[in-house]
Amino acid sequence: MSMNTPLSKARGLGSAKEGAHHWKAQRLTAIALVPLSIWFISGIICLAGKPHADLVAWVQNPWSASLLILLLFSLFYHMALGLQVVIEDYVQATGMKITLLLITQFGSILLGLASIVSVLLIATGD
Amino acid sequence: MSSQNRPLSPHLDVYKLPLTGIISISHRMTGVGLSVGTLLLAWWLIAAATGAESYTTVNGFLGSWFGKILLFLWSFAFFFHLCNGIRHLFWDAGKGFDKADVEKTAKAVLIASVVLTLLTWVIALAGGAS
Repeated sequence: MSMNTPLSKARGLGSAKEGAHHWKAQRLTAIALVPLSIWFISGIICLAGKPHADLVAWVQNPWSASLLILLLFSLFYHMALGLQVVIEDYVQATGMKITLLLITQFGSILLGLASIVSVLLIATGD
Repeated sequence: MSSQNRPLSPHLDVYKLPLTGIISISHRMTGVGLSVGTLLLAWWLIAAATGAESYTTVNGFLGSWFGKILLFLWSFAFFFHLCNGIRHLFWDAGKGFDKADVEKTAKAVLIASVVLTLLTWVIALAGGAS
C-alpha cells in the first residue's frame, strides 16, 4: 500500500489528454435529449400515415422548427461523443481506431448538418 | 498475497453476467444501434426537404413490414437507452448506488422500456399509422 497522497501520485504523470469537457457535454446533451426526444416521438406518431403537407405545416411552426434544430444538434453531438468512447474503449489497433474515429466523428457532423439544413429548408420553403 | 490468490477480472466466456451487467453493456449496444438509426432519421428529413414525392417513397419503405421491424427495434432501443440514461444521470448525481437500488432500477428500466415501446405502437397504430 502506498503512503503517498493522491496528489503526489498524480504529479508528474502528465496531462490526462482530456478534461471534464467530454463528460460534461455528454451529460448536458443527455439531459436536453430527455424532453426533446419524447416531444419528437410524439410528433412523428401524429405524422405517421399523414401526407407531406402535414409535415411541412408542423416544421413551419417556429417552435417546432427551433425544437427540431435543438434536438438534432443535441442528438448528433451526443452520438459523436458516445461513439468516440465506445471506439476508444474497444478498438486496440491505433490505425483502425483513428480511421473509425474519423469516420464516425465526420459522419456525425455531416448527418447532423444535413438534417438541420433539411429542417431549415422545409421551414423556409413555401 | 501469493500469485494464485490475485483477483482476476471476469473471464467473459465463462462468467455469467448479472442482470446489471447485461443492462450496462446493452446501454452501449443500443447507443450504437441508435446511431445507425440516425441514418434513417437523416434520410427521412432530407427526403422531406426534397419534396412530397421522395417523402412518400421513404414513408413507403418505413411503412413496409421490413421498415416496421426496423422502427420497432429502433423504438425499443430508444426507450431502453432513454430509461437507462436517466438511471445513469441519477448515478452521476450520486444517487441510487446501493446494490439493492441498482438491481431494483435495472428491473424498472427493463419493464419501463417494454411498456413504453408497446404503448407507443398501440397509440401509433390506433392513430391511423398503417
